[in-house]
Amino acid sequence: MDLTFTPEDQEFRERVREWVQKNLPEEWKDSIPRTQEEREIINRQWDKKLYEGGWAAIAWPKEYGGMGATLIQQLIFNEEMAMADAPEGLMHGKGMLGPTLFKFGTEEQKKKHLPPILRGDVVWCQGFSEPNAGSDLAALQTRAVIDGDHLVINGQKVWSTWGYLADWCFALVRTENTVPKHRGITYVMIDLKTPGVTVRPLDQITGVHDFCEIFFEDVRVPLENVVGEINRGWYVAMTTLTHERSTAYLGHPIRFRNQLERLADLARNTKRNGRPMSEDPVIRQKLARSFIEVESFKHIVYRTISSRVRGEEPGAEASMAKLYYSEMLQRMTELAMEIEGPYSQLVRNSKWALVEGDWQYQFLYARAATIAAGTSEVQRNILAEHILGLPR
Amino acid sequence: MNFGLSEEQSMLKKTVRKFMEDRCPTTFVREMMADAGGYSPKQWQEMAELGWMGLTIPEEYDGMGMGLVELAVMMEEMGRAVLPAPFVETLMAAEALLQAGSAEQKKEYLPRIASGELIATLAMDEPEGFWEAAAIKAKAVPEGDGYKVSGTKLFVPYANAAGLIVTAVRTAEGAAPEEGITLICLDPKAPGVTVTPLKTMDQAYRLCEVQMDGVAVPAARVLGEAGQGWPVLEKVIRKYIVALSAEMVGGAEKAMEMTVQYAKERVQFGKPIGSFQAIKHRCADMLVDIEGSRGSLYYAAWAVENDVPGADLAASAAKAYCSDTYFKVTAGSIQCFGGIGFTWEHDIHLFFKRAKRLETTCGDATFHRERIAELWL
Repeated sequence: MDLTFTPEDQEFRERVREWVQKNLPEEWKDSIPRTQEEREIINRQWDKKLYEGGWAAIAWPKEYGGMGATLIQQLIFNEEMAMADAPEGLMHGKGMLGPTLFKFGTEEQKKKHLPPILRGDVVWCQGFSEPNAGSDLAALQTRAVIDGDHLVINGQKVWSTWGYLADWCFALVRTENTVPKHRGITYVMIDLKTPGVTVRPLDQITGVHDFCEIFFEDVRVPLENVVGEINRGWYVAMTTLTHERSTAYLGHPIRFRNQLERLADLARNTKRNGRPMSEDPVIRQKLARSFIEVESFKHIVYRTISSRVRGEEPGAEASMAKLYYSEMLQRMTELAMEIEGPYSQLVRNSKWALVEGDWQYQFLYARAATIAAGTSEVQRNILAEHILGLPR
Repeated sequence: MNFGLSEEQSMLKKTVRKFMEDRCPTTFVREMMADAGGYSPKQWQEMAELGWMGLTIPEEYDGMGMGLVELAVMMEEMGRAVLPAPFVETLMAAEALLQAGSAEQKKEYLPRIASGELIATLAMDEPEGFWEAAAIKAKAVPEGDGYKVSGTKLFVPYANAAGLIVTAVRTAEGAAPEEGITLICLDPKAPGVTVTPLKTMDQAYRLCEVQMDGVAVPAARVLGEAGQGWPVLEKVIRKYIVALSAEMVGGAEKAMEMTVQYAKERVQFGKPIGSFQAIKHRCADMLVDIEGSRGSLYYAAWAVENDVPGADLAASAAKAYCSDTYFKVTAGSIQCFGGIGFTWEHDIHLFFKRAKRLETTCGDATFHRERIAELWL
């Protein structure tokens, strides 16, 4: 048990900190309330800046243009980005497709797709979920038939984050109907400019649209875009999902801590009948509970990293972290609404809105946290079955 | 950066678990529930021979010189076993001696504690108040070179078995309640001291009332400077609540394991009940609460041991979180066991009751959340 970092790691932290201080414009800071369009522009510009600085994908192996950073370095990098309040960038290419291609991609696929991801030139989205394949993802029905050296794709995907922005989509399609559902799925990369593709943004409960539907109508995709073997896509995708669940949250503890401090500020600055809400005994209990949860989440992350540094494979602990922070985040945003009282009804651009209506947006957006990337119910099943060994 | 146990700490964990499995099964715990003293002097000696009574006592006083992380490792295992003995109180009384005792006092008590000869405990709470400095009202008036002490202490662990009670008394009324508190080494056999065991819900742990009626305490028995007892006590309590948190995490984990095992075996509607999501999700929540609690516990142990900034917050966070978790997990366990979990014969109530006792020792979850608010907001 030793929570100090080595001098080499400290030196690495200094380097990251110095760079981000020099290169992050004040107005790009992540916690500044802004419109979705502004956020997209900043995310894309920030990705380019990271590339120019050599920080584009530090977790990637050196041979693919990454830094081959250790897990501790990835932690430090993400912590420093979070402390500086830097944008998170567009993660699907770097965080999900990249690692999948390292493992399953052909040389041609790597050469073609990895460099533009690093440079921030090409935006990727994920095409996994369907209207009838949510938690039961393997039930997906988007059909792909081999026709010569092409796949012909028909069907519909949904909840594709940033789909309207994306140039390419990595998707799961059904190539075989006569075998158990997991064994008839293929992982394929689709150029969204291909004829027959329609991307339609979904208006969400927040009033904005990060998520999209993608429709495929006789879309012809070259077979060379298949990642791994035909009908083996489920196993390729599981690697991607493990990745999604296992490293994406390294900087989150600090972002949550910053958010918690903003929540404390809200309580200090919001008066009810002349008294700051930070003096209300019930609110104090709830704030302290959030404090405990945010701190404990950090410890969960540190414990997970330590076990991986010791050589243990990423497993169901990532489900625990995801379940933990998503529900914690909901409680924090619910508390913000409670602190604001009737002002919680006022949204962005409204007269009398508190903190530019930002907590209202966070409150609504947090409902997605327990649904996206595996619902809380699915995560609980994973924990119960994989860690506790309870029967299916 | 390693948020995990070292090889030595893992070894210690294994040793303690093995001992507890052999020497402290629940059949033994039930024997002690019926025992007048509530603990086994024989088992105490066995633990002492392994060096555990001196775990956190420096080597110069015949201890092992280890820290709070090692104590947490040990307490987790004792919590799993619902150990009926004043182990942590003895170590915390030793901690008070280490913090404030004179060279003579340390020499007099610490080697005897380490050898297992002397059981020690702490007396803080009183009928009119608890957990805070303002609660300490037992009056000590100067007499000769020492004091004459009168008052009542409540919830004193194993005062019936102790040879030393580190007791907080009031020697002066200060402007703030924290001022004027003095720690004394009370001899339970001294004239004027009456120890009465209380009938408690957690029968596997003795709590006592200690009456002091004009007890003469010589200057040599005053711990540290007169009137300066509270800061010492605060440091002791900070370690004490971390140790108690560890006991709670261990107990909660054992209760969860028992529940999961039962859920795999118990068949209703033709299936193991553990295949139903109502049970499965409850068990998953137990796991998440325990892992979250354990993270807060070991961070607190490390932070307090190394006295890093925020250590007070970390200790209160651990005590609040682990208190909630132990109660929630054991209450959920009883629900999963169903009718059998409501019987005296089944062991789960030992854990449920222990959870309640530990929660109310040195501040419950609500108390420590308010403390966090005070320190942070």
